Amino acid sequence: MATDQIKALEERLKTASDDAINRLAAVTTIDDLRSLQSEVLGKKGSVGSMKSELGRLDSVDAKKEAGAMLNTVTEQLEAAFNTRRDLLEDVAFAQQVAKERLDLTEHLSVARRGHSHLVTQATRRLEDVFTGLGFQIAEGPEVESDFYNFEALNMPKSHPARSMWDTMFVESGEPGSVLLRTHTSPVQIRVMETWKPPIYAIMPGRVFRRDTPDATHMPVFHQIECLVIDRGITFADLAGTIESFTKAFFGGDFTSRLRPSYFPFTEPSAEFDIRRPDGTWIELGGCGMVHPNVLRAGGLDPEEWTGFAFGFGIDRMAKERHGIDDIREMYTNDLRFLRQF
Amino acid sequence: MKVLLSWLRELAELPDSVDAIEVALNSLGLAVDGVEHINTPVAGVITARIERIEKHPDADKVTRTWVTTGEGEPKHVWCGAKNFKVGDTVALATLGTKMPNGMEIARRGILGIDSEGMLCSGAELGIEDDADGIVILPASTPLGMDAFVAMGLYPDVVFELDLTRNRPDCWGHVGVARDLAAHFGTEIRSGSVDIDSVIDGPAKTVPVEIIDGARCGRFASIVISGLQVTPSPQSHANKLTAVGMRPINNIVDVSNLVMLETNQPNHAYDLRSVKGFRIRKAKRDEVLATLDGVERKLDTSDLLICDQNDSPVGIAGIMGGLESEVRIDTTEIALEVAWFEPEGIAASVQRLGLRSEASARFERGTDPYGIAQSIVRFVDLLRETCPNLVVHSGVTDSFAESLPVATKISLRVPQVERLLGTAFTNEQITNLLEPIGFQVSGAKELLDVVVPTWRPDCTMEVDLIEEIARHFGYDNLGKSVPKSAVHGGLSILQQRRRALHEVVLGLGASEAMPNPFLAQGDLEAAGLNSKDALYLANPLVAEESVLRTSLIPGLLRSVSYNENHRVADIALFEIGHVYPRDPSATNGLPAESEMLAVIAAERDAIAAMGWWNEIAAALGVGAQIDQLTVPDAMHPTRSATLRRGKEVIGAVGEIDPLVLRRFNIASRVAYLEVNLSAVLGSEPKPAQAKVVSRFPSSDIDLAFVLDSSQPAANVIRALRQAGGALVADITLFDVYRGPGVDDSARSLTFRLRLQAPDHTLTDSEIANVREKCIAAVQKAGGTLRA
Repeated sequence: MATDQIKALEERLKTASDDAINRLAAVTTIDDLRSLQSEVLGKKGSVGSMKSELGRLDSVDAKKEAGAMLNTVTEQLEAAFNTRRDLLEDVAFAQQVAKERLDLTEHLSVARRGHSHLVTQATRRLEDVFTGLGFQIAEGPEVESDFYNFEALNMPKSHPARSMWDTMFVESGEPGSVLLRTHTSPVQIRVMETWKPPIYAIMPGRVFRRDTPDATHMPVFHQIECLVIDRGITFADLAGTIESFTKAFFGGDFTSRLRPSYFPFTEPSAEFDIRRPDGTWIELGGCGMVHPNVLRAGGLDPEEWTGFAFGFGIDRMAKERHGIDDIREMYTNDLRFLRQF
Repeated sequence: MKVLLSWLRELAELPDSVDAIEVALNSLGLAVDGVEHINTPVAGVITARIERIEKHPDADKVTRTWVTTGEGEPKHVWCGAKNFKVGDTVALATLGTKMPNGMEIARRGILGIDSEGMLCSGAELGIEDDADGIVILPASTPLGMDAFVAMGLYPDVVFELDLTRNRPDCWGHVGVARDLAAHFGTEIRSGSVDIDSVIDGPAKTVPVEIIDGARCGRFASIVISGLQVTPSPQSHANKLTAVGMRPINNIVDVSNLVMLETNQPNHAYDLRSVKGFRIRKAKRDEVLATLDGVERKLDTSDLLICDQNDSPVGIAGIMGGLESEVRIDTTEIALEVAWFEPEGIAASVQRLGLRSEASARFERGTDPYGIAQSIVRFVDLLRETCPNLVVHSGVTDSFAESLPVATKISLRVPQVERLLGTAFTNEQITNLLEPIGFQVSGAKELLDVVVPTWRPDCTMEVDLIEEIARHFGYDNLGKSVPKSAVHGGLSILQQRRRALHEVVLGLGASEAMPNPFLAQGDLEAAGLNSKDALYLANPLVAEESVLRTSLIPGLLRSVSYNENHRVADIALFEIGHVYPRDPSATNGLPAESEMLAVIAAERDAIAAMGWWNEIAAALGVGAQIDQLTVPDAMHPTRSATLRRGKEVIGAVGEIDPLVLRRFNIASRVAYLEVNLSAVLGSEPKPAQAKVVSRFPSSDIDLAFVLDSSQPAANVIRALRQAGGALVADITLFDVYRGPGVDDSARSLTFRLRLQAPDHTLTDSEIANVREKCIAAVQKAGGTLRA
């Protein structure tokens, strides 16, 4: 009796299972797979509903046998569903990926970064070299008094050397007493007054000359100046520091030389040139030992302290580095120019 | 300053190599700006005489000439010049001659008639700039000889020197030669200084009265007769031409030659006009016609040379008068050789706008004791053309109090090493200084040095040390690097400025550097107050005459420029100084301060606030957003003042549309300005880490209707206070204006993220926060939107 029951159950189970396997093979979506799974293995499913029939079997053994049979088929079917699901998921993923293909050259808008002005870039590079050599950075006002720009720099009133700079004066205070600094050298005096030696400082900044703008001159431009004041500083230290700077900034195969020249605020004075590896020279700037009168004006005793200074233009460095023909280009503030660098 | 090599060689023995001399000049600080090889002979150019001239009926621009070179048939040559006549001796470039410009003289025809050569101009021969006419040689010149030899022109070199202010002596060839001779270890050939040696006539005196002794230190006059005014000999004329001066006549040329050689300007007066000299200041509005034919109105600061009747005959040290000039029939002159105080000359030159070769020398400083030597040289050179010259005794040489005396300087020998880093023996120092005219005495560690009077620049010990270094050679002083006792680096302010710079670049703005000078009216156009502005006393152009008190006008101009050029995404920034008047300053200096300004087209005030928030966070600074105070130049309803208490530290928002219109800017413009002196100076404490909670967070969204006059910031503040420690973050994620919300209000939707550091929030905790927040916002004027 029990055997017949089991046989009948087994047949129905096989029919339902075969039907499920056949239908599963035709399923192409996850959703269809999910509803088929519930139609087959759900409580009311073609296979799942058979669990409830077990109780109606006569013997315990029959219940056990039929239960085991049902479990085996259920597990086989679950495995089949899982395999099919994995396959469908892989396909769906592949389709999704294929669909979201993107042409990376189709960018419509770009978040732009800002660009530093070339003068700032050059100044930074110079500052970084000098701070690496042990220098600090000093700053000073751009509108200056006659005292700091000339008088303290060993150019008393009506000193002929004042004509070396075409000065722009400001209508303020006593006539001729307020001006736009013609060089960064007034910062030397301010540093001497406020810092205590030893002083190892550079002074970058904007300077002003009454020059008509052309391809190589601007009335407003930038200079950097280097000042060292310490005990025992010599002319050889000046030459050596310029050489160190030259190698650090331009490259190890550049060298420097000094030629006698004249500046009221240095003595001895020199021009310094940089020699490119190809043997050509760049006339870079002026330098010299700080004049005793300048040390005194800065409140330092020239019998105790000696020092040197050198300075040069920054704009020209940027101009040469980037192959700019006309220095005025750097001051148009044209974004098409600025964004090149 | 042009210096002729052959002239230097007359004065000192120099090496053959021109390169070696150029290198020496540079190493001595006499910077060579140019080296010009002149009088390079042109082979094939020979002297010839014009035999016949004929016009051709069909050619009115050119002339037919027949010239003879002394042998053979006269050659037929076409010539375009007009400055010749039959019998003139000219320079003929024969067939096959290669001219300096590369052209080869070939048989060329005009109107079918060949030319057998070319008559040359000075320009064509490369000997002078004058291209107007052909060269005419003296009638006595032999024919058929090399034209360069005939003209006394030999290959030579002109050095163009860029002389520094401290070397007035090198405005004469002697000064340059002296430095070179010292450099090469040769002797300088100096002329006689004995005036008596040239005097050969009876006493004839032109008295001198120096009235202004502060301005005229020395004035010598000497009478010379037996003169005959003639053209200069070739050797004199060629020298002058080579250094860029035009030969005039034998007397004027000798005067110039002496000046170019000894650096001593001098002036010859016709003795018929001048019988005495008085040197005095001009009277106000006194008038003198100078040699250049211009009537000059003088001032009491100008120094005059006057005659015996006190009538002016020259502006001292600058230019002689027209009346007393040497004329073609002059036979007797009074020669002036003087020393004038340099600053006075410089001031007069400046005031009169009148410069001359003489004034250039006097204002730099001439040798007050070189006068005798110059007189001797003048006489020697003039005798070459005036064999009957008589130099009269009775020379007047007047001195006054301003005459400098030779400077004596004590040189402490150890100071030389202290400054140069190289030790020198007393003997070395002496050997370096004496060849350039310094007299060295003394012993041990203290030397007494007498400075030559042609070196007025040397007044201190350090000046002597420079001379030692210069003649020892800068290259020989070695190179060392000082050991810095200071550690290099940026100050806090500089570090923070750099950080700011990076942040602003990250916001997409590029750095502009507009001109800090504005045009009159720029500030007003930008809606800014101009009462604080300072003005340039001597602007280059009127458009650049106002010192900026704000970065706005310059940046607006840059935005306008870029917009006109159809640049996309215009975003600029500047870190720069402004210079407003400082009413409290006693020295006239402005209240200069450093500002940051960021500006972008097609961006709004919210974007500008975004910039400020990023910058404030990066720098660790904060400010109140005061929208009740509209900053100058800014949008009345879309801007705010940034303040810290009473102190205004900046402005944020949009530029006033009226201002934009005046600057021709079409788009909306966002703007942020921060006074950097207020925010860069001090570094805030480093941010302290907060523990990031590991427990889950919950979000609640709340929408409030808020009157438009109320800032959203008030709601955020209320939410933050009500939510307390559980509020991890508040985001405003929607602003709505439109149907369903009153016209005078808007709906603001906030998302609050709640999180506790130590547990998962319960539903009741979240509900509690929600209720408190709603209540707080309602108290602050908001209504919860259902």
